[in-house]
Amino acid sequence: MTHTRRHGITAIVLWLIFLLACAGIISRTHFTTDLSAFLPRSPTPEQQLLMDQLRDGLASRLILVGIEGADAPARAELSKQIAQRLRANPAFASVNNGEPVDAERDRAYLFDHRYLLSPAVTPERFSEAGLHAALGDSIDLLASPAGLLVKSILPRDPTGEMVLLLDQLDSGAQPNLIEGAWASRDGARALMLMQTRASGSDTDAQQRAMTAIQQAFDQAAGASASARLVMTGPGVFSVTSRDTIKRQVTRLSIISLTLISTLLLLVYRSFSALGLGLLPVISGALAGIAAVSLGFGEVHGITLGFGTALIGEAVDYSIYLFVQSEQNRADRQNWLKRHWPTIRLGVLTSIAGFASLLLSGFPGLAQLGLYAIAGLVAAATVTRFVLPSLLPANFRIHDVSAIGLTLSRWVKRADALRWPALLVLAAACIIVVVNRDSLWNDKIAALSPVSQADVELDARLRADMGAPDVRYLVVVSGANRESVLRTSERVSAQLQTLVEQGELAGFESPSRYLPSTVMQRARQASLPDRPELETRLAQAVQGLPVRAELFTPFLDDAATARRQPLLQAADLQQTSMAMAVDALLIQQKQQWRALLPLTAPEGVDINADHLRTALDGMPDVLFVDMKAESDRLYSGYLKEAIGLSLGGLVAIIALLLLVFRSPVRVLRIVAPLAAAVITVTAGLSLLGQQMIILHLVGLLLVVAVGSNYALFFDRPEPHTPILPRILASMLFASLTTVAGFGLLAFSNVSILQAMGVTVAPGVILALMYSAIFARQSAAGPSNV
Amino acid sequence: MTRSAYLRLAALAVLTLFLSPTVQAAPLSIAQLMANLAKNPQGAASFTEKKFISILEQPVESSGELLFIAPARLEKRTLNPRPETMVLDGDTLTLERGRRKHVLQLKDYPEVAGMIESIRATLAGDRKALERVYHLALDGDSERWTLVLTPLDAKVGKVIARIRMAGVKDVVRSVEILQADGDSSLMTIEKLASPQ
Repeated sequence: MTHTRRHGITAIVLWLIFLLACAGIISRTHFTTDLSAFLPRSPTPEQQLLMDQLRDGLASRLILVGIEGADAPARAELSKQIAQRLRANPAFASVNNGEPVDAERDRAYLFDHRYLLSPAVTPERFSEAGLHAALGDSIDLLASPAGLLVKSILPRDPTGEMVLLLDQLDSGAQPNLIEGAWASRDGARALMLMQTRASGSDTDAQQRAMTAIQQAFDQAAGASASARLVMTGPGVFSVTSRDTIKRQVTRLSIISLTLISTLLLLVYRSFSALGLGLLPVISGALAGIAAVSLGFGEVHGITLGFGTALIGEAVDYSIYLFVQSEQNRADRQNWLKRHWPTIRLGVLTSIAGFASLLLSGFPGLAQLGLYAIAGLVAAATVTRFVLPSLLPANFRIHDVSAIGLTLSRWVKRADALRWPALLVLAAACIIVVVNRDSLWNDKIAALSPVSQADVELDARLRADMGAPDVRYLVVVSGANRESVLRTSERVSAQLQTLVEQGELAGFESPSRYLPSTVMQRARQASLPDRPELETRLAQAVQGLPVRAELFTPFLDDAATARRQPLLQAADLQQTSMAMAVDALLIQQKQQWRALLPLTAPEGVDINADHLRTALDGMPDVLFVDMKAESDRLYSGYLKEAIGLSLGGLVAIIALLLLVFRSPVRVLRIVAPLAAAVITVTAGLSLLGQQMIILHLVGLLLVVAVGSNYALFFDRPEPHTPILPRILASMLFASLTTVAGFGLLAFSNVSILQAMGVTVAPGVILALMYSAIFARQSAAGPSNV
Repeated sequence: MTRSAYLRLAALAVLTLFLSPTVQAAPLSIAQLMANLAKNPQGAASFTEKKFISILEQPVESSGELLFIAPARLEKRTLNPRPETMVLDGDTLTLERGRRKHVLQLKDYPEVAGMIESIRATLAGDRKALERVYHLALDGDSERWTLVLTPLDAKVGKVIARIRMAGVKDVVRSVEILQADGDSSLMTIEKLASPQ
């Protein structure tokens, strides 16, 4: 006894040290809710790009703002006031609402550098024939409604370079202007497009930006109280998902703890038992978070959400201890001998199942695996080695033998349900087989914690705005700015051909605003010296209704352009094009990257094969379809997760075989679990819920939790009946688990909901199948 | 040149179009001319337009088709030298040239709106709308008449000095626009078979 006692004290001390260590680690832990959990640990080049874009890319920094309600003039006025306020805010790289704010600087940049910027500037363009053709075009334009534009600049720009540059700049579809501000097509909403300086993955900065927008609106909206502000964009999504996840995890843990505590209080009728019973849970939760923090450097909000559900599972061990050994200390020693091995095996099967998740390339899944293993091991260990020593000598819980006896009678009669259960199982098998192709949802969007309403708002605002969804990108890599710009120019030439063939509606390139030095020099060299140009021009005007003398300003400008200093990135400052170049030209450590977003023709997807063919043979050039890439990434995860789960199942079976050395016995244990998994899958399919990765994690949990029940029902010789108090403990254990996970089923975060709807019914089914298919004892119920 | 300035100018040039067939009778009074013009709900015509631009030695010519559907739709489809379309419908002006398409709201360009409204108003016989922006002067008889519009609005006056429409009976035959900078354009109109 003293010996045991000394062991007990050592265990308690070690436990306290362990808890302190966990708390220490957790206090330094970084919690995230961003997309990091869904991004691969060892990405391919395409995936790396996808990740960079999701985190910091142009699209990640956009916030789309809509102003609804009130009337059109009020909305436009609000838009202008908000824009004016936010343009002064350094958090925003740009604020666009259709007002021509940078227009003068943009115009000057383009006009003053037109001979360096225009892709039409080639030696042929300034030959006699080239000049003749270009002049003819410009004169044609004079006859058009746009003629008023070119009239004033014709003497300086007879070849029409400025018109060409403006056309190129204006390639994207722009929203309508109503009362001088952007508005949706139906006119019901004013629109604004903002770009934050901070990246989309900087959720705090995104939240500050949203607050700034809201404040600007509130301050401006005084006069028009009926106006409403709506916002969307990747940054907005990460802020709202963080809020949602935070709120839900907090609420779920509170409700879950309350529910389980109430349940346990009803069973135990003792506060000290409740408090002691929660110790393993708390230890498990701390161990889980600390382990994930150590293993991954950060803990995702979803992992915490999962943790709240695991409360219901971790509490099982103390239930087993208290209920199964309700009498006295000696009985508890007895419990350790008789029942602990069963529980230990249950914990080991759970570990075997979850260990497979650790191998996942999907960090979110690996986190869940590690959390579950660490949490369950800690909870079980504390129950086994610490809790018994903490129990007071006279520790008792409320007598539950009456419940146990009732259960015992039910279980005896449970085999009457064998045939109906077999029928249900057969039906479930058929459903699963018939629907096998639609069981899984392989779209990454299924994982998104963003609500459907928010997704619809986003789609509406995007459609109104004609905002780039940046789905298709050509990516050019290189060692320095010059080299990526050079390659971008070659790619642009190919893309232009595709635009002319109608394969593309358009594309964007940083080289449009900042041509490579080589290109700029080549364009300068295309301009003949002044006497030569004058001679050619005199010839070129032959047959055209203009006099050569008119173009003296052109000769001056061309002569200037030949000697003009080449454009540098700094020259773009203060123009609206600086933002485009910043977003499209990225330096990462030693590497430079240029992004060329493509626009698909209306209503059609871009033919990736044609594009790859067109870009074939260009080194350091990559075509990426971001949507296909992310879906492929996710369906890769899904396949991997299915494989790993099957691996987990094999590990569990192997473990049981190793312990029992009897295939029949193992089959008897595994069969009810498999039946529960199949039935739950069929049920989800019937309800039209396609499974995502988290359903799979749920199924794994069903196996892990259910294995405890199956092991208790499994006895080497069928003549020993199952003790009523064991039955009672299993009932309580399954109720707490159902309470913990059942709550998740009501979450509107899809990944939490997925686990909830799988585990809660699965655990009940596992218990029922185990009871129904357990070998019946020949003898009647023995004494308790 | 900013995009909006570009569009504004382009829209201004819409001016160049108007026209249209309509009406019977040779009114001596503006009221009578308007009443006659108002009778025709739509008309189609071909046009030839000459622009006299100071920097060019010769006028530039374009031609195409015009369509007016009362009360608010006006289409100008240029076929030569370059295909180009301009459609004014209600308050929305759509410009298309090559693969480029621009849509803008007239009321965002008050000076353009004033002018276009007045042309459309002439074709529709809407005197009230016309007199909101222009001073009207009518000359001639019901066989041959000339209507001269002089801008009252200063914004319009900055671009347009005067518009002179000549007609025979119920049909507008020519529209001459004198711009404030001295350039001018003359559009002559041949009525096509009325789609009526």
